[in-house]
Amino acid sequence: MSVPIPRSKVVDLYFMEHRAKVLDIAAFLDRHDRAAVDSNEEDFRMTALRTAIEILLDGQGDRARRIQESFSDHSTEPIEKAAMQGALGAIRKS
Amino acid sequence: MYIDPHIHMVSRTTDDYARMAQAGCVAITEPAFWAGFDRSSPAGFYDYFRQLTESEPRRAADFGIKHYAWICINPKEAEDPGFAREVMQLIPEFLDKPNVLGVGEIGLNKNSKNELAIFEEQVAIADQYNQLILIHTPHLEDKLKGTKLIMDAIKRNTNIDPGRVLIDHVEEHTAKLVLDEGFWCGMTLYPDTKCTPQRATDIIEMYGSERIWINSAGDWGCSDPLAVPKCRVEMKRRGHSRETIEKISFGNPQRFLGQCEKFTP
Repeated sequence: MSVPIPRSKVVDLYFMEHRAKVLDIAAFLDRHDRAAVDSNEEDFRMTALRTAIEILLDGQGDRARRIQESFSDHSTEPIEKAAMQGALGAIRKS
Repeated sequence: MYIDPHIHMVSRTTDDYARMAQAGCVAITEPAFWAGFDRSSPAGFYDYFRQLTESEPRRAADFGIKHYAWICINPKEAEDPGFAREVMQLIPEFLDKPNVLGVGEIGLNKNSKNELAIFEEQVAIADQYNQLILIHTPHLEDKLKGTKLIMDAIKRNTNIDPGRVLIDHVEEHTAKLVLDEGFWCGMTLYPDTKCTPQRATDIIEMYGSERIWINSAGDWGCSDPLAVPKCRVEMKRRGHSRETIEKISFGNPQRFLGQCEKFTP
């Protein structure tokens, strides 16, 4: 099933919404830069976000799926024990 | 007219029932889940299961909404297998209740060995009692791995027909995996951590409208009990046909849930 509306209509419907979202990301990165440095290493979530942004701009399709995969744990065996109940949104790479 | 096939009304106000009815909701199904804190005894679960099978159907009926439920111990409280097995002993009694459609939402949370063992044991209960299964997949970074572990466990351990299993909370990276294995899948419309109405509509466009539904999973966290009608509006706005919108939000849930004869929306 394809998108039932043409590209121009996609832009008409969604441009303003995503213009705002891009500005949110830009402002978040600026806020992060302005904040006092409290660690010598970048937080793994920020590294994951930068990787996601690279995918966003690589000119290939299927961006949403590939970004989801970039945030994902690709190990295949169950872990020994759950140390927490929540999730952090990105995988800490050792 | 629509069905919200996954919403946790024990966490919502009566006003939400009123607004859902006004928006066209005719039936909901409510899986047993984590209450936001760990219960301290199996008796706590017994009371919760009574709430799902006695109290909530009455509250929903006041607004002309049919209420159905699923019974299980959820994966967030499955890390202690001894405790989980005590709760699991309660399940068969509740499977006989007139509004219970099956076992759910079972699944994985952090993809641990204990969670997987308890998941497999609850799948076995569903198999033994010939029940439909509703599956929770993990959040965020754990979803892809957990979805694969869940499907592998079902295929490895049982002869359960995948057409009687719905794997919920799929997103862009898991929808096709689930559909390709013959399971049903659900997309949860939830702020920040799951699908938006726009992305859910994208997924339907990419992978089709067969064996897929939308739900709000409205609960005690930031969530929206009107997410399903909002997604219907998004699909309409984008030019999808009335037939496709009805199929996703009514026909498909009716088809899957109707495999249990108790479901008559």
